[in-house]
Amino acid sequence: MLSMSTNNLSYNDQGGSDSAVEVGQETTPTSSNAGAGFGLFSTNFKKNDDLKEMLESNKDSLKLDAMKRIIALIAKGKNASELFPAVVKNVASKNIELKKLVYVYLVRYAEEQQDLALLSISTFQRALKDPNQLIRASALRVLSSIRVPIIVPIMMLAIKEAASDMSPYVRKTSAHAIQKLYSLDPDQKEHLIEVIDKLLKDKSTLVAGSVVMAFEEVCPDRIDLIHKNYRKLCNLLVDVEEWGQVVIITMLTRYARTQFTSPWKEDGLFDENSETAFYESDEKKTKNGDEKKSYMMDPDHRLLLRNTKPLLQSRNTAVVVSVAQLYWHLAPKHEVGVITKSLVRLLRSHREVQYVVLQNIATMSIQRKGMFEPYMKSFYVRSTDATHIKSLKLEILTSLANEANISTILREFQTYVKSQDKQFAAGTIQAIGRCATNISEVTDTCLQGLVLLLSNRDETVVAESVVVIKKLLQTQPTQHSDIIKHMAKLFDNIAVPMARASILWLMGEYCERVPQIAPDVLRKMAKSFTSEEDIVKLQTVNLAAKLYLTNSKQTKLLTQYILNLGKYDQNYDIRDRTRFIRQLIVPNEKSGALGKYARRILLAPKPAPVLESTYKDRDRYQLGTLSHTINTKASGYLELSDWPAVAPDQSVRNVEVIEPVKEWAPSLGKTGKSKLSKSSDDKFYSDSGEEKEKGSGSSSSEDSSSEESSSEAESDEEKSSSQSSEESDKSSSQSEKSSSESDSEQKKTTKKPPQKKTVKPTAKDSDSDENGNVAKETSSSSAEETSSGSESGSDADSHSGTERKKKTKSKAKPKMEVKSTKEVSLLKEVSLLDLDDFTPTPVTRPKMSVLSPSLLGDLEGLSLSNISSTIQVSGPAFVPEKSHDLLHRMTGKGLSAQYQFPRQPCLYQPTMVSVQISLTNTTDHPLEQIHIGDRDPTGLDMHCFNAIECLLPEASVTVSLGVDFNDSTQAANFQLCTKEDQFSVSIQPAVGELFLPATMTEQDFRKEQGKLLGMNESSATITMAAENTTRQPISRQVATVANLGVVPSGQDNIHRFAGKTASSGALVLVTVELRELSAALITINTEKSVMGPMLLRDLKRALARA
Amino acid sequence: MINSLFLINPSGEIFLEKHWKSVVSRSVCDYFLEAKEKALEPEDVPPVIHTPHHYLISIYRDKLFFLSVIQTEVPPLFVIEFLHRVAEMIQDYFGECSETVVKDHMVMVYELLEEMLDNGFPLATESNVLKEMIRPPTILRSVVNTLTGTSNVGDTLPTGQPSTIPWRRAGVRYTNNEAYFDVVEEIDAILDQSGTTVFAEIQGVVEACVKLSGMPDLTLSFMNPRLLDDVSFHPCVRYKLWESERVLSFIPPDGNFTLMTYHVNAQNLVAIPVYVKQSISFFECGSDGRLDVTVGPKQTMGKTVEGVMVTVHLPKTILSINLTATQGSYTYDNGTKLLVWDIGKLNPQKLPNLRGSLSLQAGAPKPEENPSLNIDLNIQQLAISGLKVNRLDMFGEKYKPFKGVKYITKAGKFQVRT
Repeated sequence: MLSMSTNNLSYNDQGGSDSAVEVGQETTPTSSNAGAGFGLFSTNFKKNDDLKEMLESNKDSLKLDAMKRIIALIAKGKNASELFPAVVKNVASKNIELKKLVYVYLVRYAEEQQDLALLSISTFQRALKDPNQLIRASALRVLSSIRVPIIVPIMMLAIKEAASDMSPYVRKTSAHAIQKLYSLDPDQKEHLIEVIDKLLKDKSTLVAGSVVMAFEEVCPDRIDLIHKNYRKLCNLLVDVEEWGQVVIITMLTRYARTQFTSPWKEDGLFDENSETAFYESDEKKTKNGDEKKSYMMDPDHRLLLRNTKPLLQSRNTAVVVSVAQLYWHLAPKHEVGVITKSLVRLLRSHREVQYVVLQNIATMSIQRKGMFEPYMKSFYVRSTDATHIKSLKLEILTSLANEANISTILREFQTYVKSQDKQFAAGTIQAIGRCATNISEVTDTCLQGLVLLLSNRDETVVAESVVVIKKLLQTQPTQHSDIIKHMAKLFDNIAVPMARASILWLMGEYCERVPQIAPDVLRKMAKSFTSEEDIVKLQTVNLAAKLYLTNSKQTKLLTQYILNLGKYDQNYDIRDRTRFIRQLIVPNEKSGALGKYARRILLAPKPAPVLESTYKDRDRYQLGTLSHTINTKASGYLELSDWPAVAPDQSVRNVEVIEPVKEWAPSLGKTGKSKLSKSSDDKFYSDSGEEKEKGSGSSSSEDSSSEESSSEAESDEEKSSSQSSEESDKSSSQSEKSSSESDSEQKKTTKKPPQKKTVKPTAKDSDSDENGNVAKETSSSSAEETSSGSESGSDADSHSGTERKKKTKSKAKPKMEVKSTKEVSLLKEVSLLDLDDFTPTPVTRPKMSVLSPSLLGDLEGLSLSNISSTIQVSGPAFVPEKSHDLLHRMTGKGLSAQYQFPRQPCLYQPTMVSVQISLTNTTDHPLEQIHIGDRDPTGLDMHCFNAIECLLPEASVTVSLGVDFNDSTQAANFQLCTKEDQFSVSIQPAVGELFLPATMTEQDFRKEQGKLLGMNESSATITMAAENTTRQPISRQVATVANLGVVPSGQDNIHRFAGKTASSGALVLVTVELRELSAALITINTEKSVMGPMLLRDLKRALARA
Repeated sequence: MINSLFLINPSGEIFLEKHWKSVVSRSVCDYFLEAKEKALEPEDVPPVIHTPHHYLISIYRDKLFFLSVIQTEVPPLFVIEFLHRVAEMIQDYFGECSETVVKDHMVMVYELLEEMLDNGFPLATESNVLKEMIRPPTILRSVVNTLTGTSNVGDTLPTGQPSTIPWRRAGVRYTNNEAYFDVVEEIDAILDQSGTTVFAEIQGVVEACVKLSGMPDLTLSFMNPRLLDDVSFHPCVRYKLWESERVLSFIPPDGNFTLMTYHVNAQNLVAIPVYVKQSISFFECGSDGRLDVTVGPKQTMGKTVEGVMVTVHLPKTILSINLTATQGSYTYDNGTKLLVWDIGKLNPQKLPNLRGSLSLQAGAPKPEENPSLNIDLNIQQLAISGLKVNRLDMFGEKYKPFKGVKYITKAGKFQVRT
């Protein structure tokens, strides 16, 4: 280093000797590693000169060192702007690290060196076209960070382009760039809103948070942009990165306040207009029925509440508080309670987090004591807490105090009063005062306690007590003249001005109650008047005046003396007051009429002060905001509007294309179930990055108008819609059915090797990293629907793999499906049993939903130890082949239908039981349009099969149905329709078909059985048929009757079987205990008290059968 | 959102600044420094300060102030949480978070900050993602870099970034696949003079160190998940599965992370592992006082209580102390009046005791309140709530990992009032 600096000096002297530079270069790399030693350079001048040299050299390592030192200068806040020309030359460097540092430098100084900064722009423009998404993104990042007004058009162009980039990462960057451009040139607002609108439609979780942020900064009032994306945002929320969640939740809170009616009104004015009816028809959420009589919560409102709730468990405190505020501002009053626990949990976090959370709790606890009362002890103060934390906790404890807990709280306060932190002790005394006024039962106790504190050794404590006592006495002075006397006695010992002033005021106000003492106090004050503080002097004057009016005989002279002292006081306030009082009370010719009222003026009854929390009116600000914390409106604060009296049109949130593509990602780690997706392993969580490995085959269809590509996109879309609709518990029957079936078709194919497409890849400049669908997205801007479809395709592709059989495509008739949900695709044969894979549906009890036996087999091979001791749903032990008549060919005019229970977990919804229907055409002409028509309106939730376009004579087809029997044997009634006819049919399930088998260990079985005694147990003793006395026949018989799993048993004479009910997942435990003489005791334990006896009856029959 | 960040040391020197939007003059920190002067302790500085044109949100951590400058409305916790992430990131990269470390790695910290925020909005805060973009320094790498001229900056986009599991980097390979979980429980308690529990609760955290190749999908189940009253998870945990089956199912990030934190149901009575007999008294006349503290094991479930330490903030009026400890040693700082008695392992046969006299400053009144004792302790191989990990299953990968679970109980905010 040292040698280098001398070299450079010599270089300067000679004005450009190459040799010197050479030496410099040789020495640096050895001596300076990571720029640790730049402390050697003492002056700025030297350093900068030398840096310039290094930057102009042609060795990257030297340049890098120079840049590192420059960045270190910037980090320290030193000015390095004069190096700009030297640095900007390196912007096109090949060395990534060097380039990055140059970028950092540029962003920092471009604003100051606008002309020179323009030199770098072309580099970025080139980089924006780079095949590497990282480079495109960082170029856009830097370009948009250069705050030079002249390049606004270039930035605008770049943002627009990036917004339709194939990489979600680049799109995210463009969302950030929008905000930067807006702050640079607000005139671009209109154009930027267009881009925001486009990005809001994006389905990537990566983009969502950033674009909402841009929305909030650029056009927070354009609520209309949100409508169409509302449901998508709600559904994506759980998978958005945590920072985005905060922004989205805050925005949605505001949105909801403008769009929904208040859930708080007891007597809602919500009238059942046509819109609600419309909603009810296709969304069943309202049936949850937790709403009051006439108020019907908008399903979208409910959606928001439901989808944000899991986020209360986030590790990010900001997310938790934002959900808490959402519940506070949006949820019905009785539901707000769910946030309490999470907020209390945050109190374990860092001091700063505690501070903000406590503030929010303080505001909440004023309105809703009950919410936090059970957690009162969490607000107990520790001696190690910071001062502002202590006072907030006090505040909350005070708010929580009520008749029941006041004694506990006061006991706790007693400890605090003795605290070494006197500021805090004083705060506690105020808190006691507040409790005393709020709860009349303890006013006396508190007052006594406070009086005791008057003899405390600490001044602040005494002073605070006096002040609080004063306030308390004001509310009920009559009984307490002895306290006033006591205070008068203490007067000499109290030095704190505020306290002295308070006592004087009390004396004056209640001088008639202490006629002996007051004049004496005045006498003392007269003596010490000149040495008192101003506030005490003022009160002395007041006292004098009041005494003069009530007891002029004793105090006339004293008063005059004090008034005279006051007249010449240094403080003009006191001189003023003295003059005023003198005119008022001492009668003279000039005083006029006012004198007559002196008594009424001075001794007017005064209202008692209200002791209330400083957090009383904080709720005018949205909780969790900066404005709430500082209790003033921060710049950029967006008011939370009041609920509208009548909800605006709800249909604006409807999205035309089937169901909005809410969740493209089953990958939703949190919602899903992916761990069972062994066979599709990493595709599950995959992303475009992974696609490249296997997606080359499909990276075809550049041509967006081609039938194939659009159908592909479509089927993806269907899939995602089916997922989303399944999750949201509503079955918009037809579309869902068709979609999930075509979906299953796709699934079947995923294992097969990539299929070459006929369309040859014409990819413009789509690099190998990207798959064709993504590339397509950029190019297709024509047909609105198609493009949106392909966008979803690009994302949805990630989990199913990009390859798909052509068969699927040829079957699907995508255009029809897009336009109407009634249209159906032609599917010759759909058999759910063939599925190798499953749709990772977000389900409530996912394990049981998706595990097919073959999959389970796979799992066993892969896992460490598959059989966990917890109760797991397993494959059926036995599938009876018995099928039942659904429609006889005579009644069905040639169409015959039979149904059987395949005992597979239902794919559509875990709560459904799957039913297989075989349809046979016994006529001699083809039957067209076989589908399910009207269902029993009161009936059960069903998932129908796709309509069958055509069934040829003598042909038969098997379709699958999902029925949620609600754990009852009630029959499912519906209409089976052909083109011409309708037939009423019904499926009557045996009780045993309503179960899903479960595996568990013997211990678990016993444990669970122990929980299901008494009413939940039904048992019977039977005589077994002779052949049924060994393990195998018993197992078979039981399995025939009911879809139960065998539990390994240690004893030979006891056989155990376990299952769960499909709909509610309640455990069903069956024990068959063999006794002597072929007698057997059958015991059934289940909380389903109806199903138990029914199953028992069936089992009895089966086992006793000869 | 976040406009600028300043790192300030306890003496008020600004040693690093970073701006994500236009530059804010560092003079804005004067408001903060003023507030800092006013506060007695660094912890007492208000986290949110309102200045005429800006809002200052700061955290105090590891003896450093992280001060961010905000210009418009933003949830304060958003900023606070982010600042803590910055501190954690520095800790993660360099082993500790201190002024020296930041000054030594100024450029790297600056680059990291550049990556973490874009235009004031968090861009990459996952350690797995950051480490792919900017590799943490190791001795070996710095040697290699010097010799070969390669850099610490990754040149590819972190694969985790655009995926749906941003917390895990792709292509992880280990020769030894291992997954360790530490169940750490802390007892928060307040005991009063007589030893009665005023308030006690157990907070736990499951720290994980997972070094597994590929994309493992783990399932961790507990023997008694019902104990857990309130939980919060790393984003990788599938919430729905927890809701329905009380198992933790997740694809873990690579390396160290906090899997979950939990709170144990308050209804369960909390076992307090130690008892403290204390008497601190000051004589009314004369400037003298006595201190006598004995610590003994109480409900320890047969385990040894280790690392016991008693910390006392003595009243300001104490002049000097003269104590003897039967076990361990004590230190006393006359400046801060902080008495620390480091006991070590608790021996039930011979209870440690600390006694002696305290002398007050001449003429000073007898202190009103006795100082409270803060207790520190740890118990190895015990989760005081009784929580037990049942099993860990791995799906998605074929190898057999080495698994381990460790339990430890510590004292959290454990305070004895006297």
